[in-house]
Amino acid sequence: MAKAFFGGVHPNDMKAATNEKAIEQLAPPKQVVIPMSQHFGAPCTPIVRKGDHVKIGQKIGEFKGLGAPIHASVSGTVAAVEPRPYSMGGNIMSVIIDNDFQDEISEEVVAPADPDRLSVQELVEIVKNAGVVGMGGATFPTHVKISGGIGQVDTVIINGAECEPYITGDHRAMLERPEEIVGGCCYLAKMFGVSKVIIGVEMNKQNGIDSLNRCIAELKAPVVVQPLHTRYPQGGEKQLCQAVTGKQVPPGGLPSAIGCAVFNINSVCAIYRAVTTGMPVVRKVVTVSGSGVVEPKNIECPIGTPVAELFDACGGLKDGTWKLVAGGPMMGMAQYTADISVTKGMGSLLAFAEKENKVSDNPTCIRCGRCVEACPMHLEPLYLYLFVQKKRVDELNDYHIMDCMECGACAYICPGRLHLTQSFKAGKQMVKDDAAKKKAAAEAAKAAEEKKGA
Amino acid sequence: MTGDYKALKLIASSNPHIRSNEDTRSLMLDVIIALCPALAWSIYRFGFRALIAAAVSVGAAICWEWLYRKLLNKPQMFGDLSAAVTGLLLAMVCPVTLPYWMLIVGNFFAIVVVKQLYGGLGKNFMNPALAGRAALVACYASQMTSWIDPASGWAPLSLRGADVVTAATPMAQIGENFAGLTEAYTAADLFLGNTGGSAGEVSALMLLLGGAYLIFRKVISWHIPAAYIGSVALLSLLFPGGNPAVQYMLYSVFGGGLMLGAFFMATDYVTSPVTKKGQIIFGVGCGLLTVFIRKFGSFPEGVCYSILLMNCTVWIIDRAVKPTRFGVDKSKKEAAKK
Repeated sequence: MAKAFFGGVHPNDMKAATNEKAIEQLAPPKQVVIPMSQHFGAPCTPIVRKGDHVKIGQKIGEFKGLGAPIHASVSGTVAAVEPRPYSMGGNIMSVIIDNDFQDEISEEVVAPADPDRLSVQELVEIVKNAGVVGMGGATFPTHVKISGGIGQVDTVIINGAECEPYITGDHRAMLERPEEIVGGCCYLAKMFGVSKVIIGVEMNKQNGIDSLNRCIAELKAPVVVQPLHTRYPQGGEKQLCQAVTGKQVPPGGLPSAIGCAVFNINSVCAIYRAVTTGMPVVRKVVTVSGSGVVEPKNIECPIGTPVAELFDACGGLKDGTWKLVAGGPMMGMAQYTADISVTKGMGSLLAFAEKENKVSDNPTCIRCGRCVEACPMHLEPLYLYLFVQKKRVDELNDYHIMDCMECGACAYICPGRLHLTQSFKAGKQMVKDDAAKKKAAAEAAKAAEEKKGA
Repeated sequence: MTGDYKALKLIASSNPHIRSNEDTRSLMLDVIIALCPALAWSIYRFGFRALIAAAVSVGAAICWEWLYRKLLNKPQMFGDLSAAVTGLLLAMVCPVTLPYWMLIVGNFFAIVVVKQLYGGLGKNFMNPALAGRAALVACYASQMTSWIDPASGWAPLSLRGADVVTAATPMAQIGENFAGLTEAYTAADLFLGNTGGSAGEVSALMLLLGGAYLIFRKVISWHIPAAYIGSVALLSLLFPGGNPAVQYMLYSVFGGGLMLGAFFMATDYVTSPVTKKGQIIFGVGCGLLTVFIRKFGSFPEGVCYSILLMNCTVWIIDRAVKPTRFGVDKSKKEAAKK
């Protein structure tokens, strides 16, 4: 039986443009621009210099603290190490590699002799060295999630909801590479020591569910597919846990608090490839779609491929394209330049040329309550909006603004066209600033007291 | 365009990048469409004056809003159709015979005093159309309570319904002389709308059609109408004012303005709670007050005032009934309190 969470919205899924198109391999790009920040945490430090020769899979960025390493995705010569625009906004230190089209594989890439004999420690180490992150967009380092969850987690959930409109990369992977997904699940089951792994898939991908089930039966894998109702944001980590287990992650907590760990389908494939072939994350499937794209496609390309090459491969952009989005239409980042490149977390690249974003000259709340009904975190967006407008930090805390995950469901459904998500980003910053100010004031008062006492 | 994308003029705005097709205007348009069956019935029953009155009222509402915002140099928003809905609803809750200028006065109170002075769309705390009606009842009591008897003659072309014999509404009779009422009208008469009453309230059937359309289109949810009508039905069944109780209940539900109030007035977004639980409390409150006013009040009908009174409690209902925070187990929270 299909399961779901409470709340959410039903946007037109727009997946028909690409869900029957097989994943295409992009012609090798002349140059790749690999940003040093492709994960949640501090950016990596480049460990190559201009003029260095690099090979596919060679580590070029080393992380410190929370993070994941970054690898060369093509072989060739480092043309520059300099800040370049990237998809999360602003510029970031990037390694630019001129492709020599030799496709040499680095000596660092070594396939384990017998993947099934690896110990848990060795498996986690492989995931870590392969630079696997949450490739649905959150980009949390996967090895941290695994090593932090071992012992606490009894339910391993694979996120195949793919609830954002337009995106079909995961769906295609289910159809074309089910053995990678199911194989990756088996390694996760081993790492966590669980008897089964659950893959949650929305029911608008019935053939994907069938494909996975066939593969599971063939491999006799400890994996089950859980059909989910098609509803945004079904693929939100907390919503997925709620749908699958019926339990809710406590406020401010992680899924491990209720014994869950959630991994993206893409990340699972990456784990499988890393364990079986030793190849780190150097390629990414990107759905290029939207009304501005001449011929929408699913394309697999080296990480760091300039997005212009992806557009060219899709017949280019239509005249009048006014918005580029890295990621899905609900949570993706709008870009101010097309001068960015593909990163580990970029599941889709959208170009809009029509009136996708309907705006109002006078956004007005009519108190219809649709936002309250839609909010998957059970907040009351209309009141939060009011308090953000009036900069009332105490009320923002009372109404739990920090629970907001900026999924955009409320703003999507709002008939008054309020800029809800946008104002909650500002409101959360207000709350953080206020907390920092209070902390500083308290410390200053404490220091003054101590001074007095001394 | 291929190759060079530097010339793109891009807009970088916050997520989400897509929006639902539904906006305030489309919702209001749906309300107007849903009122059409009742309006058609009122034209059929009371004559073309009903249509003209509705047009005058809608026009007056839009003009008042335009004028107020013009004078105060605010952006014009009549395109959202909310003023048109208020005007139409006000015409529906007044007798067909009401002089046009009184409708214009009523709209002044509804639009300017109740809606715009409190900040315009979304800020008023009372339903503007009902508040306009309440003001008219206070000012022009006799005109607001003289009803033409549709049974006295089918007059689809009559522009001056005032010549027709006046009659009491079912609600005026139900308290004093239930037996007489049952002789004059069958329950089917009330359901179809063959009785005297305000222009838009007489036909329960037409209003149910409109209400079903609104629920089907997801413009409103079933919570408020179900709680409202359900509590009125239950209370009049438990405390009937005449025999048999079931018949009294049917007359209470189909007579008077309950259908119009439950589907079109109490469900007004601005003046009803935002949570489903709150909406049920609100609906039950409206039902209780309606029965109280009908039974014990000096007015024969209580729908208008009960909704207005409940409108005033919405802020406290919204504060009291909040959604349970995600990830917080309610039973555990209460256990922790003890």
